[in-house]
Amino acid sequence: MAVTALVGASVRRKEDPRLITGSSTYTDDLVLPGMLHACFLRTPYAHARIRSIKTERAKALEGVVAVFTGKDLKDALKPIPCAWQIPNAELKVPDYPPMAVDKVRYTGDIVAVTVATDRYVARDALELIEVEYEPLPVVVDMEKAVKPGTPLVHDNVPNNVCFDWKLSGGDVSKAFAEAEVVVKERFVNQRLIPNAIEMRGALAQYSSATGELTVWMTSQNPHVHRLLLSMGLGIPEHKLRVIAPEVGGGFGSKIHLYPGEVIVSLLSMKLGRPVKWFEDRHENYVGTTHGRDHIQYVELAAKKDGTILGLRVKVYANMGAYLSTVAPGIPTILFGFILPGAYTIRNVECEVFGVLTNTTPVDAYRGAGRPEASFITERLVDILAHKIGMDPAELRLKNFIPPEAFPYQIATGLTYDSGNYPRALKRAMEMIGYDELRKEQVSLRKKGKLLGIGISSYVEICGLAPSKVARATGFGLGLYESCTIRVHPTGKVSVFTGASPHGQGEETTFAQLVAEELGIPIDDVEVVHGDTALTPFGLGTYGSRTTPVAGGSIALGARKIKDKAGKIAAHLLEAREEDMVFEKGRFFVRGTPARAKTIQEIALSAYTAENLPPGIEPGLETTTFYDPENFVFPFGAHICAVDIDPETGEVKIRRYVAVDDCGRVINPMIVDGQVHGGLAQGLAQALWEEAVYDENGNLVTGSLAEYAVPTALELPKFELDRTETPSPHNPIGAKGVGETGTIASPQAVVNAAVDALAHLGVTHIDMPLKAERIWKILRQSGATK
Amino acid sequence: MLLLSAFLGDETVLVCQGFMWIFDQSNSMIPRQFQYVAPSSLKDAVSLLREHGEDAKILAGGQSLIPLMKLRLMSARYLVDINHIPKLSYIKEEKDIIKIGALTRHAEIGASKLMKSKLPIMLDAASVVADPIVRNVGTIGGALAHADPSGDWGAIVLALGAELVAVGPKGERRIKAGEFFVDTFTTRLGPTEILTEIRIPSPRKKSGGAYLKLERKVGDFAIVGVAAQIALGDGGICVEAGIGLAGAGPKPIKATLAEKALIGKKMSDESIKKAAKISAENTDPPSDIRSSSEYRKAMVEVFTRRTLQAALDRMAQR
Repeated sequence: MAVTALVGASVRRKEDPRLITGSSTYTDDLVLPGMLHACFLRTPYAHARIRSIKTERAKALEGVVAVFTGKDLKDALKPIPCAWQIPNAELKVPDYPPMAVDKVRYTGDIVAVTVATDRYVARDALELIEVEYEPLPVVVDMEKAVKPGTPLVHDNVPNNVCFDWKLSGGDVSKAFAEAEVVVKERFVNQRLIPNAIEMRGALAQYSSATGELTVWMTSQNPHVHRLLLSMGLGIPEHKLRVIAPEVGGGFGSKIHLYPGEVIVSLLSMKLGRPVKWFEDRHENYVGTTHGRDHIQYVELAAKKDGTILGLRVKVYANMGAYLSTVAPGIPTILFGFILPGAYTIRNVECEVFGVLTNTTPVDAYRGAGRPEASFITERLVDILAHKIGMDPAELRLKNFIPPEAFPYQIATGLTYDSGNYPRALKRAMEMIGYDELRKEQVSLRKKGKLLGIGISSYVEICGLAPSKVARATGFGLGLYESCTIRVHPTGKVSVFTGASPHGQGEETTFAQLVAEELGIPIDDVEVVHGDTALTPFGLGTYGSRTTPVAGGSIALGARKIKDKAGKIAAHLLEAREEDMVFEKGRFFVRGTPARAKTIQEIALSAYTAENLPPGIEPGLETTTFYDPENFVFPFGAHICAVDIDPETGEVKIRRYVAVDDCGRVINPMIVDGQVHGGLAQGLAQALWEEAVYDENGNLVTGSLAEYAVPTALELPKFELDRTETPSPHNPIGAKGVGETGTIASPQAVVNAAVDALAHLGVTHIDMPLKAERIWKILRQSGATK
Repeated sequence: MLLLSAFLGDETVLVCQGFMWIFDQSNSMIPRQFQYVAPSSLKDAVSLLREHGEDAKILAGGQSLIPLMKLRLMSARYLVDINHIPKLSYIKEEKDIIKIGALTRHAEIGASKLMKSKLPIMLDAASVVADPIVRNVGTIGGALAHADPSGDWGAIVLALGAELVAVGPKGERRIKAGEFFVDTFTTRLGPTEILTEIRIPSPRKKSGGAYLKLERKVGDFAIVGVAAQIALGDGGICVEAGIGLAGAGPKPIKATLAEKALIGKKMSDESIKKAAKISAENTDPPSDIRSSSEYRKAMVEVFTRRTLQAALDRMAQR
């Protein structure tokens, strides 16, 4: 039973056997006796008045149990709440009815629902509903949307601006007045579709006999969903149980409360039978939130020697047709505060306009605000480097916050916990052979070949917490995390976490933490999550918070268990508590390791309970809520080398090197996996993915055939390394790593592509870097005919 | 377009813009009801088609048909599965004709030794059709009959001067590849005919071919694809040239003028460049989410040149 350092070991994932063999249970796998199937009719018009809806033909179809319109359910359906009401921003939260009653405002708005004994019948019935629409003028373009006189998405939100958020630190006007060099640019951070492999859905079962409602749903935060559903449906929390069965990815899109989950819950209550709805991919594309979608006007002030003085940013953030659950916080709090990035930029000014349009609501998507910020800083640093003729690596090294300055308060008020930015960048440069690549670039250019090198030295803010900060920014709840650790009489351990992992591997990571703390085999620990009836109240899994925050609660909880076990051991060994030594799961009196009590023996004593020290309760169990004192700030340096085909404009990634620092690493294999997945999605934004609407508000990239999600075949070999700078305030020294890939990588690729074309006078190219876009630039510059 | 509108139910709003569909946003991945029949002979299959007319569709690999049905862009009341009909899947050479059964899977073509030695261009195409999963199930006959303008096999059969064999109520007939494609998703096949075989003349000794395509990502529809097969006579004079284009128009296109520009000339950088230019000049490609017409046109030129060069290089290696 010898246990050696589990923390830091690439333990195979405990969740994999059931996932790989397909034996796990997802929401759509669930079948209950008497279960009905619901299908939603969503409007084909992005903006229209509903004149009439006829449902008779649909109701007459064999197998159809019920058909409801928005009007039918109007009184029972409360508006979808917005839970991140940012202060001091003139926030206007428009009414968000789960089903449209008079008006539809984007092509995902639900106008009717069919309920049938069979999913296929429910779908067929949709075609028998006749809706008469009066089309209204559509607003898609953000910059047009804010102009006076433009049609309004919501009559009570003038100019379609739902918030105007400002942040400043230092004296930006002075910085720009004193600047010797100013670089300016307009960036488009395009709209993305999260594309979790499992789409969204819910199964609701209501018992009128007990008044209890159980909802199985695709959730990243079942406790939050229970609270929001409870408020919306009027069922008290103790009668409402939310279960997230196996969840196949979320990337932020399963944080929110959507109309679908509310409607099926209501239908089950109305019809007295279990009701299931599960979206298909197309419905997912229009009905599940999107991410990013910024237009950014940015400028950077500097001295000729490359010293950066100030940063000014004005952003239009597309919020879609309604404000989704945490939407206002994404392009503001999670975006603006981190703008200075890794640099000692003492003067920063940022203004963000939240703009409503007739499009799918935009909310958190992997990285959520931070990729949009990091892109600005890292692109501007490159543009500045090219302008003053300095190597972009040298410019970064010149402006980095020095390692000895931590903890370091940046201009926006955040205090970075720890960091060593030059070390990460130097390691990445060494791995890719930076100097040799630069030489090769010069010689290839002479032959008409295009090689570019792009750096991204990012810092991000994650481990979303603490509660004081969350509340000060208008977040609806605190941001802590919880766990219950139950040591059973035989010494086996169940860990109940308030977080809700859905692919990230924390069943393994957390088991490693507990096994290490208690000195027991990892197979003796089971991690339970995703069921509000079993787990303590927690905020869920997003914002790279699960390992630093929920993991922190687990480490602290395990230490409390160890503490109590130590007291029992001392009592059993008839020794003083302070003389006890704990080593590899055994307590003994210092100097006499042969005479020891194992954790397992102590657990049994705790439950037989006839011989416990005075004042000690029976049992060995603890519940811990951990509310961190600060965020954690992972960082790193990514370097990308691209070759551009001068004839076609195709951008091919030759090398991709990522050096990430997420503090103390618990499972290196899982961390690598998180980096791989994040890079895949970040490179996807750089090169392929883009949600496109036409002027009528139709999502023209409405399927996986049009929206280009890359596969392993398109992606380069990822060359990874890490530096390890523990977070000084976190109980396990860990920082998050779930989002570093999407935060760091888009600008590494764009910097590389622009670098390849810099000699042609190119300063910026918007994402995705489509071959045609590059080809046009090449042709305009005369490099190709 | 003609055929497409016949596929569609009355309720579905559909606009065809280039190759891209903007469809009713409530469309889902659940097909309408249909009946499934699996005849065991060609004769039975043809009589089922006669019986049900436009209501019936042939199911070969189903890699285009089933997604269209799931999106309700198309509805077939009867699905006539021809996979149980024997002797429709083969690759063989008889009397200087290479014959491919219509039910032959893309992956089988990709693994064929005969193709590797005689027509490596077929391997080029078989390795880039859609993605590996589709290649294991999808068939060459199904892909040709579906007649997607950006499909790979259309360009290939045009470059190779193939003949397509169809069986209908009146028996068998052969259709020249150059006459097979009528319009987007529309071929010369009648509603009661089944494509059964692709016949390609065995290539001469001094010949070579290649297929190259530009796509956003593996498995995506081609932005453009160019197939070229050339044969040389004495002194490096081009005696045969076939060029087929994918994604360059409303249907797969045979670049006849470019072919003519090569035949009788000595193959050189100059002649290749000229042919590529002609190839592009005579296209009027569509614009869609993947690419503008202008870019497609330019890429037809680049890829015609690259493909002809690759065909020559391949010949040199043999």
